[in-house]
Amino acid sequence: MPTVVRVCTDRDHWFWRRVAGVGHWENWALGELVNVGETVGGAVGSAILDGYIGETRGFRVPVTGYELTHLQMLEAEAVHIFREVAAEFERPALLFSGGKDSIVMLRVAEKAFWPAKLPFPLLHIDTGHNFDEVLAFRDRRATELGARLVVGSVQAAIDGGELTEDTRPGASRNQLQTPVLLDSITDNRFDAVFGGARRDEEKARAKERVYSFRDEFGQWDPKNQRPELWSLYNGRHRPGEHIRVFPLSNWTELDIWRYIAQECLEIPSIYYAHSREIFERDGMLLAVTPLTQPRVGEVVVPRQVRYRTVGDITCTGAVESTAATVDEVIAEVAATRITERGATRADDRVSEAAMEDRKREGYF
Amino acid sequence: MAELLRVATAGSVDDGKSTLIGRLLFDTKSLFTDQLAAVERTSRERGDGYVDLALLTDGLRAEREQGITIDVAYRYFATPRRSFILADTPGHVQYTRNMVTGASTADLALLLVDARKGIVEQTRRHAFLASLLRVPHLVLCVNKMDLVDFDREVFEKIKEDFRRFAAKLEIVDVTTIPVSALTGDNVVSRSPSTPWYDGSSLLHHLEELHIASDRNLIDVRFPVQWVVRPRSEELQDYRGYAGQVAGGVIKPGDDVIVLPSGLTSRVAGIDTYDGPVDEAFPPMSVTVRLEDDLDVSRGDMIARPNNQPTVGQDLHLMVSWMVDAPLRRRARVGIKHTTRSVRAMVTDVSYRVDIDTLHRDEAVDSLGLNDIGRIALRTTSPLCYDPYRRNRNTGSVLLIDEMSGTTLGAGMIL
Ligand SMILES: Nc1nc2c(ncn2[C@@H]2O[C@H](COP(=O)(O)OP(=O)(O)OP(=O)(O)O)[C@@H](O)[C@H]2O)c(=O)[nH]1
Ligand SMILES: [Mg+2]
Repeated sequence: MPTVVRVCTDRDHWFWRRVAGVGHWENWALGELVNVGETVGGAVGSAILDGYIGETRGFRVPVTGYELTHLQMLEAEAVHIFREVAAEFERPALLFSGGKDSIVMLRVAEKAFWPAKLPFPLLHIDTGHNFDEVLAFRDRRATELGARLVVGSVQAAIDGGELTEDTRPGASRNQLQTPVLLDSITDNRFDAVFGGARRDEEKARAKERVYSFRDEFGQWDPKNQRPELWSLYNGRHRPGEHIRVFPLSNWTELDIWRYIAQECLEIPSIYYAHSREIFERDGMLLAVTPLTQPRVGEVVVPRQVRYRTVGDITCTGAVESTAATVDEVIAEVAATRITERGATRADDRVSEAAMEDRKREGYF
Repeated sequence: MAELLRVATAGSVDDGKSTLIGRLLFDTKSLFTDQLAAVERTSRERGDGYVDLALLTDGLRAEREQGITIDVAYRYFATPRRSFILADTPGHVQYTRNMVTGASTADLALLLVDARKGIVEQTRRHAFLASLLRVPHLVLCVNKMDLVDFDREVFEKIKEDFRRFAAKLEIVDVTTIPVSALTGDNVVSRSPSTPWYDGSSLLHHLEELHIASDRNLIDVRFPVQWVVRPRSEELQDYRGYAGQVAGGVIKPGDDVIVLPSGLTSRVAGIDTYDGPVDEAFPPMSVTVRLEDDLDVSRGDMIARPNNQPTVGQDLHLMVSWMVDAPLRRRARVGIKHTTRSVRAMVTDVSYRVDIDTLHRDEAVDSLGLNDIGRIALRTTSPLCYDPYRRNRNTGSVLLIDEMSGTTLGAGMIL
């Protein structure tokens, strides 16, 4: 019996799973094996299993009655946005952090231009405070896609004396990302930057357009945004100004996870439950790392945790979890009663309008 | 039944739109504990007598200071029956452009009225805009019923006033519900305070409504967005036209015409990353290959030879004007229509619509901020278009300031 790689969770075809080795699919309800490219009849209609493009991909979902699923609609909208930007801007770049949203965004971008390569580079703003797993993942993914990776380094800016680090206890490098991002944009003359931000993340983000206009200082003016009508996006800007583009604006955290399942996307291991040395601070679960050390009185215990967002290691908390697979994470996310940033991001706790203020200054 | 319903609020300032959205989220238990705690904290700090649910969507500092909504907030929630995208729009006349932003993609408008005030100018403006934008469904929520003792007469009068006004509009489906956003009456469940009301609660209505699709599955329209040329060894000869289907159902083997050039060919295949498809329909994003090597580029429109859009340079539009500087005859504007950008000159300002009476004021020679009226344009090169009422995708245009790049107005082709 071949080992099962994963179960596809797409609605009508959930009973097919891919088996290791070359091009086999198995119907686990009926125990049938089929070859890639074969047409099969199942309990719920039929599907053509194809695998001729990549090894980790699912199969094509036949559409009936001219209806798309919610995820297909979100994907079609995002693909449209990618192509508009590629066509109308001279130098776009895609912010890729190795986090789940940017992984999903990258897959959608791949789809938008397939079978051609991405017509723009990836940009990562490296705080120097990253999870190792995430950086390794970032580099591997860029190589796989044959994409150019531009890295803006907060550490380099600190070392070069352009930025001063706040070394008070509890300070993070989150604030420092913004000037480095803006410099990277200017230095590379990027005129459009794709970000994986979603409107459901935070109340200031809920206000943002898909095309978010930034002035020559990278600032967002929430009181004076351009109208955004239908799916006719207006990308006009003058030299020095740029547009942040958010193709996943209408996706929720759950949509992201369902898409990761549907697309069999690989994500950094820290998104799944694992055991870590953990201590508690301000109600957040922080991992013991060279950068985050317990203070006196903070007790370190091993705990089963996973991360819901991956940001700067110093301000990203974990959540207690036993979810070791995509499906278990989906079940957990569907049942959670706390927002992803509320649970885990110290940078949003500074004040009620912390996100709005950072965005005004040019944050993602 | 469709899975997703896009809802936008509408109505005058302070009529309770944000509170209603907050109430819907709260009563369907769609709120996260930290969101609710933050809102409770803010309300307490401000000394509100109750938890102000409007704070759930009024997330900007300026909005909280002024107690009004300035720009659209998008919220997402799902019930076992359906998922919803809620766009909470501002009622203040100064921000009408943001209401249009929210309503332009909506399947349903929730039009709120303060039971004490009844239909006011802004209610009429938003109802008119929703009808112009062809939002297929409208729910009139007579709100703040708690302040009029849930009086049936008040409700019936507003309902009748609106019916008389809406008769002049093209709104097909109107439902009227008495609610209190503050106390939750008739929002998620039927209220004992309105025994005289025998319709369903707002949520029940939103869940059960049969969504009239605004998609056009008849006229094949495929605006070419991007030409896919892999330039790799194994795919040297690959040439595909990427875009989002704007109308009709496209199949391999279909005879097609490329506009405005008029060259014809046949669909060789429809590709997606997930494999070829046998059919493509709105809103799918796909890549179309043609049998012949034609000169096709961004901005071209693929259609069927026996069913073509109008190809022309003289357009008549209804516009919603969004900036202070008036729109006058002879103005030069940038136009974005499907994937095509051209320049145009305004050749005529035909009339302005009086929002109160819906009469056409033909004496005007310009449109001011928040005015709605009819104009004519001549474009520098041809557009391939349909009337907006036939196809939202091929009948809508943006008017853009060529100098600053700002969006000046929304246009709907007649
Ligand atoms: N008594 C009562 N007050 C209400 C009700 N709905 C809203 N309010 C109050 O009316 C005021 C305005 O409510 P909002 O929800 O902010 O109004 P809005 O329509 O969103 O206003 P804008 O977005 O600025 O156009 C607030 O003080 C609410 O608490 C209701 O059903 N009953
Ligand atoms: Mg409001």
